[in-house]
Amino acid sequence: MIVMSKDTMEIVREQDVVPFRNRVREFCTRIGMSLVNQTKLITAASELVRNMLKYANGGEVLLEIVSQNAKTGVRLTFTDQGPGISDIALAMRDGFSTGRSLGLGLPGTKRLVNEFDLKSQPGQGTTVTVIHWKHGR
Amino acid sequence: MERIPILKMGPFLLVTIQVDLYDRLALNLENDLISMVSQTGARGVLIDISAVSIVDSFMGRILGNIASMSRIMDAETVVVGMQPAVAITLVELGLTLQGVYTALNVEKGMELLNKKLGSDLAQDEDEEDDQDDRDE
Repeated sequence: MIVMSKDTMEIVREQDVVPFRNRVREFCTRIGMSLVNQTKLITAASELVRNMLKYANGGEVLLEIVSQNAKTGVRLTFTDQGPGISDIALAMRDGFSTGRSLGLGLPGTKRLVNEFDLKSQPGQGTTVTVIHWKHGR
Repeated sequence: MERIPILKMGPFLLVTIQVDLYDRLALNLENDLISMVSQTGARGVLIDISAVSIVDSFMGRILGNIASMSRIMDAETVVVGMQPAVAITLVELGLTLQGVYTALNVEKGMELLNKKLGSDLAQDEDEEDDQDDRDE
């Protein structure tokens, strides 16, 4: 996978969410992603930063434009130093939440993007990587 | 503090969301709307989200909350003007906005609210008619 351009953003407060979403949109328009695919990725990104703020008091996001097998897409990597997730399978289940939310965040996010990867260990923080391709596949 | 204006129009409250909502703003709107329903005795709430490009699960929950709270306060809620891309995303996310009435645009939303209010009034009249019948 070739990285064509990248940027990082610190997310520490609720107010960082809207500028961050705009930044993601900027990356999407730069590769000419369609509106529906943009909306899916930005919504997914919004869910993930919200998780980061809620469970880990914030973290850092790496935004990249990547290219692989003649496909172009946007890759987002969310890294936090929070408590981590002890049961990833459970966290990925629809309707499960330790935080009194609807529990749609992680499973819903996975449905919205083309590639989804979650790495976490209790006490070691969490890293979530998502990729959405220009044409949504 | 930044707030979203709520307009009163007859028996209805009208809200047009023109900015990207961050959490605080959305929660304020929820509070303001419910207090306005209680103060004005409004029978309907119309929320125009045609300028909103992202509705995530938090925002969806706020819309659902507003609808359930208003219903308890005897007011119906209609969400209008959802962008197609937002609708597609919401369903894939798994958020179907159950219990929230929707309409394509403000005009259709007002029609829906009027119809709901109209049928309520008609029911009241029916009851009165019944009583009249008995009196005769």
